[in-house]
Amino acid sequence: MPTVSMTVNGAEVSVEVENRTLLVQLLREQLRLTGTHVGCDTSQCGACVVHMDGIPVKSCTILAVQAADADVLTIEGVADGDTLHPMQAAFRENHGLQCGFCTSGMVMAGLDIARRFPDVDDATVRRELSGNFCRCTGYHNIVKSIVAGAHAMNEAGG
Amino acid sequence: MAQIEYAAPASIKEAVGLMANGGNSARVLAGGTDLLVQLRAGRLKPGLIVDVKSIDEMCSISVNKNDFRIGAAVCGAEVNEHKRLKKAWPGVCEALDLIGSTQIQGRATLGGNLCNASPAADSVPALIAASAVATIAGPNGRRKVPVEKISKGPGKTVLKKGEIVVYFTLPKPAPRSGDAYLRMIPRTEMDIAMVGAGVSLTVDKSGTCTAARVAIGAVAPIVLLVADGAKALIGTKIDDAALNALAAAASAACNPIDDMRGTIEYRTQVAGVLACRAALIAFERTRS
Repeated sequence: MPTVSMTVNGAEVSVEVENRTLLVQLLREQLRLTGTHVGCDTSQCGACVVHMDGIPVKSCTILAVQAADADVLTIEGVADGDTLHPMQAAFRENHGLQCGFCTSGMVMAGLDIARRFPDVDDATVRRELSGNFCRCTGYHNIVKSIVAGAHAMNEAGG
Repeated sequence: MAQIEYAAPASIKEAVGLMANGGNSARVLAGGTDLLVQLRAGRLKPGLIVDVKSIDEMCSISVNKNDFRIGAAVCGAEVNEHKRLKKAWPGVCEALDLIGSTQIQGRATLGGNLCNASPAADSVPALIAASAVATIAGPNGRRKVPVEKISKGPGKTVLKKGEIVVYFTLPKPAPRSGDAYLRMIPRTEMDIAMVGAGVSLTVDKSGTCTAARVAIGAVAPIVLLVADGAKALIGTKIDDAALNALAAAASAACNPIDDMRGTIEYRTQVAGVLACRAALIAFERTRS
């Protein structure tokens, strides 16, 4: 079996995988980073979104071997110790989660939206969230959270 | 479970060699947004996966004197970030912008969308309308095939054993040209086209259409180039009579399926409507 090395949340990791192993399986089952979720089997729902070299990707649609040497950021790497990231804090303050299953993917998508549109508005967030499903249909507060999180990040200087 | 071999060659020659020796179970991996979903569903059991993302020629966009060259493994988001391509072929770019979501567009490629050979592939009608030509590499060298000749039916292409689409060539549009792509889906995001329509056209200084291409998707086993639709537009100022003739030609070309997304009757009618709306947007764009 091939060994794949990458950086996950700032730490170097080296893991033995099968060629068919998906990045999300490596993260959840081998590294036990279970904050990244799997909500569908068709690459639609977005619960598995992580950042790979700064780009948001669906980790259910990437082979672990394709992530060799990449810099991967998961939800576990977002907070600064016990201090929530402004985007996570915005989700808490704006009641941006109900059951919480989609939340890690929403936050990871939100971080990318904030990076590309620092002064983002509701309509842009709604358009940009087309790849993230909330089965509770709590979109209203999720959109509010991402707008607030992006503005907070902008004020904090990114 | 059978082991899958994985290779990420750095050259076309190596990739072609691997595909030629890999037998019928060898598959090209570009963005993976179709392949890996099919793999997980058990619909596909590849023995060898050839990841082409390390091949420079397949992953770059270049602007030449007379044309644009887009690598088959370039993702939709990269095309949309290319200012000159976006100005020249806005319809191709808007088709790519309709595929999946931000995360999918950062992975999904033009070559994959074509070679997956879905009749509903969004980029394909737009590429056909844009007169795109695919350059294919294989064990016996290279050949060029117009995009409309690639698919033979759902999941089937004219690619022979060992062949890979390397890049697409799109001409620089003539002055006073425009293109557009529209699709109809049952919901607003993350769905598969029920009908797609791509139109490109050129007008002379008086506003009379001198050249046109019309392609419709998801209404037949392959994406169709509708020659009668183009004929309906050429020589006109895209007036109501021309649009009515275009709609009739597009609907007449349809041979769709009935499924949960739409009935045969609905798809057939919508194909005509979308072709007209796309033609009007393309016409508007000839002025900018």
